[in-house]
Amino acid sequence: MTSKRLANYKSYVPGTLFILPAFVLFAVFIFVPLIYGFVMSFTDYGGFNVTPNFIGFNNYAHLFKDDYFLVSLKNNLVYTALFVPLTMVLSLFAAIALNNVLHLRKYLRMAFYFPYITSMVSIAIAWGLLFNPVSGPINYMLKAIGIANPPEWLMSSQWALLAIILVAVWKSFGYYMIILLAGIQGIPEHLYEAAELDGASKFKQFLYVTLPSLSPTLFMVLILTIINSFQVFDLVSVMTDGGPGRSTNVLVFRIYQEAFINYRMGYAAAMSTILFLIIMVISLIQFRLEKKWVTY
Amino acid sequence: MQDAIAKLKSTKPLYWLLLAVLVIFSLATLFPFLWMISASLRTDVDLFKNPMNWIPQSLYLNNYKEVWTAIPFAQYFLNTVKLSVIITVLQVVICSMAAYAFAKLKVPFKNLIFILFMTNLMMPWHSIMVPQFSVVSSLGLYNSHAGYILIQLFSGFGIFLMRQFFMSLPNELNEAARVDGYNEWKIFWRIMMPLSAASLSTLTIFTFTFMWNDYLAPLIYLNDDTLKTLQLGMKAFQTEHTMDYGLLMAGTVIATIPMVAVFLLGERFFMQSVATTGMKN
Repeated sequence: MTSKRLANYKSYVPGTLFILPAFVLFAVFIFVPLIYGFVMSFTDYGGFNVTPNFIGFNNYAHLFKDDYFLVSLKNNLVYTALFVPLTMVLSLFAAIALNNVLHLRKYLRMAFYFPYITSMVSIAIAWGLLFNPVSGPINYMLKAIGIANPPEWLMSSQWALLAIILVAVWKSFGYYMIILLAGIQGIPEHLYEAAELDGASKFKQFLYVTLPSLSPTLFMVLILTIINSFQVFDLVSVMTDGGPGRSTNVLVFRIYQEAFINYRMGYAAAMSTILFLIIMVISLIQFRLEKKWVTY
Repeated sequence: MQDAIAKLKSTKPLYWLLLAVLVIFSLATLFPFLWMISASLRTDVDLFKNPMNWIPQSLYLNNYKEVWTAIPFAQYFLNTVKLSVIITVLQVVICSMAAYAFAKLKVPFKNLIFILFMTNLMMPWHSIMVPQFSVVSSLGLYNSHAGYILIQLFSGFGIFLMRQFFMSLPNELNEAARVDGYNEWKIFWRIMMPLSAASLSTLTIFTFTFMWNDYLAPLIYLNDDTLKTLQLGMKAFQTEHTMDYGLLMAGTVIATIPMVAVFLLGERFFMQSVATTGMKN
């Protein structure tokens, strides 16, 4: 009896040892911070060796009166509202076009995907120069085609956010294109054959076969791009530093500034909780709707 | 689909038009990189005279020489190589070990732990970066490579990817090896790992790219100049030399070359890692 039980325990030993390193890392660097962050958001913790005080919901109450935070939230929503549809349309167009082309396929796929693997910092520096209103090639071109007063781009609080969004779309559409391409290639051939027999035109085939069959993949790309849009930081940090003024300050950038420049860690933790909740809600919506959508 | 393509090819002008549009579109996509190279090979005077005249008249290589002395470029480069390699190797091994246990071994509370691990896929790192920083600094690891390495070693994606693969291998393989007297450690290194070369390459390339390009975490964790990575160095360089276009672009070109090499060598695995992202959902 005891030896049997011992043998039973023993059979768990290798598995436990194999999982142990990952488990310890997860516990210390992800799980503990997750809980700790939640606790921290109810304190006035200021970092480095300062004893924090519990201040209840003060941080959260303050968030909704804090103009700076609200501006960053608004900017982030504008970013999401433009980045998501632009990226989806562009990546869908590229995927469908690529799927109908036999020549240069490999080159085209790599060319579109390439920006995605290069570093945000490098390309942000390069785009900063390209967008330079005086000496950059973009305005040079715009002037050449007869636009007398092209936008000041990163120097202008009206245009800076749009410029960042355009760079972000350029950088990531190739990635989503590959996902969509895999989705398109997974659509069963017989659906098209049936549509053909019914005399459906190319456009109708796209509308009634491709799009519905692709809807789970499109939905996934939608969720991924939305979540991605709430994590934007690198482009803002390198291209504009949140400026001019507050015009390109976004959620993660604001969290970074509060925590690591102003050392208001407790307040930054409260902002992080808001970010966490936003992403959780999106993930839950995905979880709910996915079951309904994947029915074809 | 071959049929559809054949059909499209029969309406030839339309096909070639589509191809032409795609080629123009691809050149537009690559334009910033071409401009980057072109700007790095010119003097700033030449560049400002006419920004669109971007085929250089004569090659000016000085920028590539100067960039190594203008900032501690070699130091940044070495730090980045060191961190990316160490993190990639350790992360791949740790995730594969955990994945093997999930796929083939008995683990107490296996499902609960797996679900906990997978929450990491949904939860962006940005939402825990503030408290994580406190935890790491209270361990005395702020401003050290060790602290930065430790926070990067766990990857929910890595565990998921490798578990998927190990689950596709037949259990008979393990049983036969056990009969032959192999212990689990030996089975893992001698049988499982060699069989999963393709998945391992995918994960390796994915992790390496991510680490090479990482910016926000090093920005938070690495403060001393001797610890900084290329991405941090580039950013500091940009702040100091706003107008040295040629020099800046030479820096970005050098910083991008290793990624281009990795990409060209492992293109297949890149595409696979993206397809896996599709699979996981």
